[in-house]
Amino acid sequence: MARVLLFGRLADVAGWRERTFDPTPPRLSTLRSQVASQSAELAAALAGAGVLAAVDRALVRGDPALGSGAEVAFMPPMSGG
Amino acid sequence: MNVRLAVEPFDPGVELSAFCENRASTGAVASFIGIARGEPGQGAALELEAYLGFTEVEIENIVEGARLRFALHDVRVVHRIGKIGVGEAIVLVMTASAHRRAALEACDFLIDYLKSKAPFWKREFSPSGPRWVEPTVQDFADLSRWN
Repeated sequence: MARVLLFGRLADVAGWRERTFDPTPPRLSTLRSQVASQSAELAAALAGAGVLAAVDRALVRGDPALGSGAEVAFMPPMSGG
Repeated sequence: MNVRLAVEPFDPGVELSAFCENRASTGAVASFIGIARGEPGQGAALELEAYLGFTEVEIENIVEGARLRFALHDVRVVHRIGKIGVGEAIVLVMTASAHRRAALEACDFLIDYLKSKAPFWKREFSPSGPRWVEPTVQDFADLSRWN
């Protein structure tokens, strides 16, 4: 099981900020596909430029394996200041 | 901790006075204050979302980058989250060093990184409705000055 957190525009598009998924095999790519399969709008937003992923509060690249109970965040381009 | 996320409005003057206290070897303090723009009486100008437990760590990493690059005595960043009213401070960056150049350049560096590399998501409220703000071409150009 993985707990997915969405931020900013991604949460708006999805209509939720936090949800649990059970990706098989437990990898970032399968989890991303599961999240994207919820709606075409969310799939497009997830595939947008500059979307980053963090696993257990660390930025990741590629397709890491997910531990049991992983916290996975999908984050659109950041804008502070 | 060099970083504080503030849910409530803060007074940049009070923060700056406290930052300047009890210094002997520091010859220069530089600061930057970002303020929420908007129309008078519009209520909240914008809303900032953070990823608590991650945003603070990422800003600490940016601060560490500034410490490695510039000869700093001290750094402090205060950043609002949640709804922010017109005229309220959004962010305060303060840097201390022996001489002015390091303090000024580190302050410039930090705000450029906060603009597009710190985990915040900003929504502006305007008469035409809310709008998510993403870094501009200018923001990325500003950031590239430090490469």
